[in-house]
Amino acid sequence: MKWFHISGVIGVILLIIGHGMGLFVAPKEAMMGETGRILYVHVPTAWIALVSYLCAFIAAVGALWNGKRTWDASVVGFVEVGVVLTALLLFQGSVWGRATWSTWWTWDPRLTTSAILLVAFSAVLLLRSVIEQPERRMLVSSVATIVAFVDVPIVYMSTKWWNSLHQTMSSPATVSETMVTPLRIAAFGMLFLMLGFVGLRRRIELVRLEREWSLAPPPERPAALNLNEEGT
Amino acid sequence: MSGLSQVLWILQKDLLIEWRARSRVFALISFALTTLLLFSFAVGPDTKALREHAGGYLWLALLFSSTALLDRSLRVEEESGAMDNLLLAPTAPTAIFYGKALSNTLQLIMLGVIAMPFTLALCDAALVGSPLTLLASLVLGSMALAAPGTLYAALTARISGQQLLLPLLLFPLIVPALLAAVKSTTLVFTGDPMEQSGSWLLLLLCFDAVYWSICGILFGKVVET
Repeated sequence: MKWFHISGVIGVILLIIGHGMGLFVAPKEAMMGETGRILYVHVPTAWIALVSYLCAFIAAVGALWNGKRTWDASVVGFVEVGVVLTALLLFQGSVWGRATWSTWWTWDPRLTTSAILLVAFSAVLLLRSVIEQPERRMLVSSVATIVAFVDVPIVYMSTKWWNSLHQTMSSPATVSETMVTPLRIAAFGMLFLMLGFVGLRRRIELVRLEREWSLAPPPERPAALNLNEEGT
Repeated sequence: MSGLSQVLWILQKDLLIEWRARSRVFALISFALTTLLLFSFAVGPDTKALREHAGGYLWLALLFSSTALLDRSLRVEEESGAMDNLLLAPTAPTAIFYGKALSNTLQLIMLGVIAMPFTLALCDAALVGSPLTLLASLVLGSMALAAPGTLYAALTARISGQQLLLPLLLFPLIVPALLAAVKSTTLVFTGDPMEQSGSWLLLLLCFDAVYWSICGILFGKVVET
């Protein structure tokens, strides 16, 4: 059993405990009632999606720095899982928005930022899929990941100034302990599950890259070198 | 040759190429004006709505035109292998980036200046606020499109289907800059009683500072591999 299998299993167990406590032990949210329980799914998804993009950014810097396939495979893993989590986040946010704000979509900063993140990082994956040369693909996807990640705080600030409807962020000091505990357990569950998926995806990508590099033709010699060898 | 002279040489070279292929410049201007016209048709003859959104139409026209401009600025280098020769000259990759980004910025400003009176006429808008704010918005907004656009054009230059990939990568990235440029321009058209335009220009300035630095650093990696 590999580390990512263990991480995934721990993640599922923690998510079951966290969501179970959120559904049956934690009190109802004061303003939203039972609908507020979606926060035990929604908030960890948001946190871990951002963690995933942060790790993708670090892996992209690493890939640019030393050009190793392991870093490149990590970029793929973190970006792909980040994109899936962001898609889930938008879906959950829409459902929650429908119940609380009576609308599936609103131009709130966090919703808008999430949508832009989804499009920006999906474009990185799309770009990656059309480049055949492994070295070039690693470079291009690393650069695109770094540039997209740097945009996150600016997108958030700009859309915050533009329009805001989302409730202000809570801190553990203002939330009951019976609500914080399941939220933390669910967040750690999501983190372990994310690491499990990334580990698995990274392994698949590494195998694919190894095969691709072994099959790739050797790089062409520069024309100037050929001329010198022929003595012309 | 110092870094600054290299930047100026690249800038001069790019502008000269554009000047010699003037028909492409006219095609770009026609594209921007046609886009403006189409926005007016899409909204209908509601003068109030047109006036309120004039800033948005202007910047969307510039944004759509910028993809053609940026795509071409790097393609001319790749098609003839000129990029390799430039690097062997030797020219610093950062100088190539800043020269090209400046050239793209100047062309976008020119496009904005030409499209502005058409926007005012088609949307029945007027310059209520300071023309200096409008100029700052145009310059900073064009810079915001040019820096990441030049880097992405270099990233996608050797890829088939570049025309589709460049906007896919660029459009989500420049959302903050687009928002700020549209807001500051609209405030010039509609009036700015709350004096908000300064904040939007500051956001544009921050965006430019971040992307003109980071793209300059990354460009070398992109063209040297």
